[in-house]
Amino acid sequence: MSERESTELTGATLADGRGDWARFVLTWLALPSALGIALLLGALMMLALGANPITGYRALLEGAFGGSYALSSTAIQAVPLLLVGVGICIAFRANVFNIGGEGQIAIGGLLSAATALAFPDLPGFILMPLVLLAGALGGAIWGAIPGFFKAQYNVNEILSTIMLNLVAVQVMNYLLAGPMVDQSPSSVGGLIPETRVLPASAQLPILVTGTQLHLGVPIAVLVAIGVYVLLWRTSFGFQIRSVGLSRSASAYAGMPVKRTITLAMTLSGAMCGLAGAILVFGSISHRMVTDGSLTGFTGSAGFNGIVVALFGGLNPLWTIVSAYLFGGLIVGGSALQVATGVPSDLVTALSGTIVVLVVSLEYLRRRARAQSMALAGRRAAGPPRLPRNAPPVATGEGGDQ
Amino acid sequence: MNQFFTVDVLTTTIASGIALATPFLLAALGETIGQRSGVINLGVDGIMLLGAFATYYVELQTGNLLLAILAGTATGTLMGVITAFVSVTLKAEQGISGIGVYLFGLGFSSLLFQKLVGTPLPIATLPPVGIPLLDSIPLIGGMFFNQSLLVYLAFLLVPVVAFVLNRTTYGLKIRAVGENPAAADSLGVSVARIRWSTVILGCTFAGLAGASLLMYGGIFQINLTQSEGFIAVALVYFGAWRPVGVMGGALLYGLVGVVILTWKSLGIIPLSASDLAATAPAVITVLALLFLARRFRQPAVLGRPYEREG
Repeated sequence: MSERESTELTGATLADGRGDWARFVLTWLALPSALGIALLLGALMMLALGANPITGYRALLEGAFGGSYALSSTAIQAVPLLLVGVGICIAFRANVFNIGGEGQIAIGGLLSAATALAFPDLPGFILMPLVLLAGALGGAIWGAIPGFFKAQYNVNEILSTIMLNLVAVQVMNYLLAGPMVDQSPSSVGGLIPETRVLPASAQLPILVTGTQLHLGVPIAVLVAIGVYVLLWRTSFGFQIRSVGLSRSASAYAGMPVKRTITLAMTLSGAMCGLAGAILVFGSISHRMVTDGSLTGFTGSAGFNGIVVALFGGLNPLWTIVSAYLFGGLIVGGSALQVATGVPSDLVTALSGTIVVLVVSLEYLRRRARAQSMALAGRRAAGPPRLPRNAPPVATGEGGDQ
Repeated sequence: MNQFFTVDVLTTTIASGIALATPFLLAALGETIGQRSGVINLGVDGIMLLGAFATYYVELQTGNLLLAILAGTATGTLMGVITAFVSVTLKAEQGISGIGVYLFGLGFSSLLFQKLVGTPLPIATLPPVGIPLLDSIPLIGGMFFNQSLLVYLAFLLVPVVAFVLNRTTYGLKIRAVGENPAAADSLGVSVARIRWSTVILGCTFAGLAGASLLMYGGIFQINLTQSEGFIAVALVYFGAWRPVGVMGGALLYGLVGVVILTWKSLGIIPLSASDLAATAPAVITVLALLFLARRFRQPAVLGRPYEREG
């Protein structure tokens, strides 16, 4: 546990006030300060654009967390972020970068919609799990391809996932305008690229009347807890983290490194695909529709999920909190736009800033940690202990063994 | 199909394919310089967006094309300073910080566009300039030698970048820093300084790429690049870190893109199938990555920040 490790270290380095203080600040305040700096930058942008940042942020908070409707909208918005986020946790813990969330969401959504269109008469208690599984399967396939290429042929996964995003958007546009299009007169006879209204039995039921809160929310939270258990309480999870820390050491210990990398990407894709299915079957229109771009369907969850996972310290449990927070930013962004006239794209710009800040602070944190470890080692007058290698992007407190 | 193989259509297609390849080429050349020194910049797409918007906005305000393109390029330089600080000085994980820069560029350019411009207006673009004598060669003249100055500049930069990388001391230092930074460091080459310079140069190219993309279409819109910056990064791998190879990849993308558009408008392929045809470049790139990964070696420390031992 990191807490244990912290106490251990504090005991040894209490005398060295400066290094320890810096380490404490960087460990516990890095993420809040990244958020703070980003919000400050956002305030400056609003000022520069002639808007009042206090009005803006008040509207944002109100829109995101003010009242049960806002809270439930935020939860709905957080679902794809959370699922992509935990998928990112799995991949990044294995030290593979899954930038293909966008495409995996789209393929997951397509396969789930296609399944519902193929078996419209199945009863809900079969169809609903089936479409969710189909979504996960679609994403899994889209994640397995770059994972396999990475493991077997060392193909850069960042590039292959981005390329597969580009393929996915065209596949989506083709399917929704062609084979899966709604031919009925209500959709102008196949001129709008969307499916027909999907079977009601597959719709995720609303849990609280008067809100949009649907079954996808508890599903996502349960999946996140499941991924936490997988990563920290199973031998497969141990393999993933071990491979992420050192491929050569894991291979030496007899672990199937290539298979682990492929599976980590597959699982990561499955999470994104499930997010796609939930986007389709939790949608208000009850169909899958495209405006020709991936963002139109995913709401950039494939990228924002990375932000969420990083902000959650690559720990699925903290990712739940962080997803809710960022869901709030997105929902509140629209309220901010209404109140100040500053477009809600501000939130995207701020997310980007947060990513840059988090990974920048990570280096300082690692350095402070290494320094205080070295100090602790010297004090103990034993052989110098090597700083335990943090995974390259771990930012929070997920590193317990 | 016969309508496609007429002199006019072929000439126009190849000429505009070359023009479309220009933003890819500029961005990918810049990325090549950075990657040869060991730094991956994934923020190219965001920087192109910011560069394109700066160009657009300055052109709208002043009507001065040169000033507008300079503004776009300078925006790239400015983003280069930020990227270099994060990637080189703060040694951030480059695969992720680049996504942050991308999101920032995407969000910020959309924000400014909606707030400052609102309704998109087309702007004047660079006029094609014929190269005397060459442009009157039948067929070839119309395809290659009647382009805008920015297109010529981009293709001229290919031999220039190749020369700098392979034949100058600066290029030798860049390659040394990308292959074995510790050795370069021990010989007194400042790893950080070289990488700062290559990242800033690369981002400046990305800004110019954004300007040239705007010059191709003549109008700005939200997410104008449609991931072209990411493709540019892939083209560097595609071209095996060699400027000429990168140019080949950029031309492939430009030509395939334009050919599909032309076929679509001529009705050679049905509208729906054109979506599938449009996946061709991405699929080719993945396959190319697959085969090239085994044939060519990337810079030894690509993506890894340099930490002095001891």
